[in-house]
Amino acid sequence: MAGEDELKLLGTWASPWVSRVKLALHLKGLSYEYVEQDLDNKSDLLLTSNPVHKKVPVLIHNGKPICESVVILEYIDEAYGTTGPSLLPTDPYERAIARFWVDYIDQKLVIPWKVAFTADGEEEKTEGIKQMLAVVQTLEGALKECSKGKPFFGGDSVGYVDIALGGLLAFLQGTEELCGTKPFDIANTPLLLAWVERFTALDAAKVALPDVTKLVEFAKTKRLRI
Amino acid sequence: MAGEGDIKLLGMVVSPFVVRVRMALHRKGVSYEYVEQDLFNKSELLLRSNPVNKKVPVLIHGGKPICESLVIVQYADEVWSGKGASIFPADPHERAVARFWAAYVDDKLFPAYIGIMKAATEEARAEKAKEALVVLANLEEAFAQCSKGKPFFAGDSVGYLDLAVGCNLFWLEAIRKMFGVTFFDVGKTPLLAAWAERFAGTEMAREVVPDADTAVVFAKKLQARFGSNTSAK
Repeated sequence: MAGEDELKLLGTWASPWVSRVKLALHLKGLSYEYVEQDLDNKSDLLLTSNPVHKKVPVLIHNGKPICESVVILEYIDEAYGTTGPSLLPTDPYERAIARFWVDYIDQKLVIPWKVAFTADGEEEKTEGIKQMLAVVQTLEGALKECSKGKPFFGGDSVGYVDIALGGLLAFLQGTEELCGTKPFDIANTPLLLAWVERFTALDAAKVALPDVTKLVEFAKTKRLRI
Repeated sequence: MAGEGDIKLLGMVVSPFVVRVRMALHRKGVSYEYVEQDLFNKSELLLRSNPVNKKVPVLIHGGKPICESLVIVQYADEVWSGKGASIFPADPHERAVARFWAAYVDDKLFPAYIGIMKAATEEARAEKAKEALVVLANLEEAFAQCSKGKPFFAGDSVGYLDLAVGCNLFWLEAIRKMFGVTFFDVGKTPLLAAWAERFAGTEMAREVVPDADTAVVFAKKLQARFGSNTSAK
């Protein structure tokens, strides 16, 4: 190893995007320094490392910052290609499918979830819930397609899509209390329900995901903007 | 050669995301069958190939569909890694920087300029134009950082970020023609202004990018049909 390999993660305990990065680092067996950020009083380090968005997560590797959770995940997989398991599949087509679903999660799941959580009007809330459940149903299909009967989107082991969705798990588990609806149920999304149990049992999940009760409390009091 | 005979691209002539993919395929030196889609009357093939989003571009390689322009570009670079030019740099940090800015372009530039086109009032239009200029100011910074004095974001020749930004240029020109917005002010964003000209002058751009007037005609058709969703990724 050429000198010290230094990894620093700027994050907030509640952020699902930060959880994603923690999951990846843990799965790869990488040690890092975690620095909790105060987003109401942003540190110089955060502002210089992410001047464009001023958000977390930021991964700083030997002084060089990488921003945006999905970009960070791919970076970790590439910079540490020979360390620990691969997060993305090796086959180009399977990589494209994985990237498609991660993009889908980011583009389609979060917005209706936020609407369901923050909407003041009943109609708006109902619409948010409807859209969120439709997205979850599509993800059930994605899990069937990607896993091919195996435990994870990544197959036998956790992969890129698992991490992307897994980072959101504490929020998903808090959805009933926060949005008034269960995102997963045995009738419509049996595969996802089983996947949630499996994923939350992982060591990485125990380290990376915030406590659901604490998160729900926090979200309620802050009407959290994730 | 990875089944090169069986490559199909479903597209729409003025979609910047389709143009992006065509640029990538050009860089890889790959030939394909292009199939123009009518987005107001979607084909069976499109609906079957992209059931989730029902959008273009869709690359169909050996019968297997790949959707989302940036996903397709990365796929092309990986599956035809021995062919043509590399689209991505080799260094992981440089790749991360390119991915970061490409995502930024799609999140911030595209909605801003489409917003200019769709704006119902002068005020709303001015607001969106302001947003677009902020984005371009950031991209000017990005260019300085990434190019390190060379002609393109990727260095000596076009790469991922050049394609990600460059596919939008003909729309920016169309909007300039329609609404008089100046996007590339040599005073404010000199590097980007010079890059935009250079990019438009590449053989790849000349072959693949439609004329700005084609976009103008399309925009006017849309305005007549105000309210239709045209954002094809």
